[in-house]
Amino acid sequence: MVSKLIDKYYRTDRLPHIWCTGCGNGIVLRSIVKAIDNLGLNKDDICVVSGIGCSSRASGYLDFNTVHTTHGRALAFATGIKFSNPNLHVIVITGDGDCAAIGGNHLIHAARRNIDITTVVFNNNIYGMTGGQYSPATPTGDKGTTAPYGNIDYNFDLCELAKAAGATYVSRSTIYAANMIIKQVEEGIKNKGFSFIETLTICPTYYGRKNSKGNAVDMVTHLKDSAVNISAYEKLSEEEKANRIPIGELYKRNRPEYTEKYESMMKLF
Amino acid sequence: MKEIKNDKLIIEKNLCKGCGICVAFCPKNVLEIKDKKVSIRDLDSCIQCGLCELRCPDYAIYLGGK
Repeated sequence: MVSKLIDKYYRTDRLPHIWCTGCGNGIVLRSIVKAIDNLGLNKDDICVVSGIGCSSRASGYLDFNTVHTTHGRALAFATGIKFSNPNLHVIVITGDGDCAAIGGNHLIHAARRNIDITTVVFNNNIYGMTGGQYSPATPTGDKGTTAPYGNIDYNFDLCELAKAAGATYVSRSTIYAANMIIKQVEEGIKNKGFSFIETLTICPTYYGRKNSKGNAVDMVTHLKDSAVNISAYEKLSEEEKANRIPIGELYKRNRPEYTEKYESMMKLF
Repeated sequence: MKEIKNDKLIIEKNLCKGCGICVAFCPKNVLEIKDKKVSIRDLDSCIQCGLCELRCPDYAIYLGGK
């Protein structure tokens, strides 16, 4: 037996899921479903689109309209779905590699257009499914199978990227602060425009083991200690900011939404 | 006075992978890991905060039984 929430929104015959022991993806996925439940949305009015990767397996476990697409192209498919049926609530589930590396261009252009899509990024700092290669979200100096002596690249600040590209709702949270994910996904779905929600999750199997970060509990504790609410973060000195990650609602603005603009354009003819 | 309990903690052992996240972050130390699966150590001290359910990646623990 599973809880009422899981029973209502999951394809329970697919459980237990494929994710490793201690992987945080399950926590983020439950938080998304809880947010949908809190909003009281009809299951048929939701379309979940995912790309390729550990996180993107999520769509297979959900009992909504779901599309499991090609690597990095979840936002491209989602744009088409939203355009063909603007009444759908389109939610994109993607990983850090899927969204920031191969799908980087789709991300910036979806944000630029401000199309009404809620994007939830499961950031586990590594490519988990393919064996632990470093991703654009792997912190500088950390190891991966393709960076055995440490990664020399600077990692992306995905929230800053989405904000600069034109997203109208940008937020970040961690799996320790799962209640915050629920609230942010609710806000993201309610926001008429491109919502970008980064969730910091853990990969004990590859990222944790390669970088001696300990087990799942150690990694969650690390997230708990390093994440600081944005209001408190802004008061910290530059030195204190170095190893801290701001979480919370980072950015919000009003801009006309893409499908609405398109519809008003079509009325001219 | 002790609160009247409405919801009971339920564990679905088939789903548990034994990561220990619920055990580590339970504020009342209700849970433990036994034979690589979660089990209830002391149900009487459970305050039904639901944090174990919130942070269980495998949906193996929840409040809901009567």
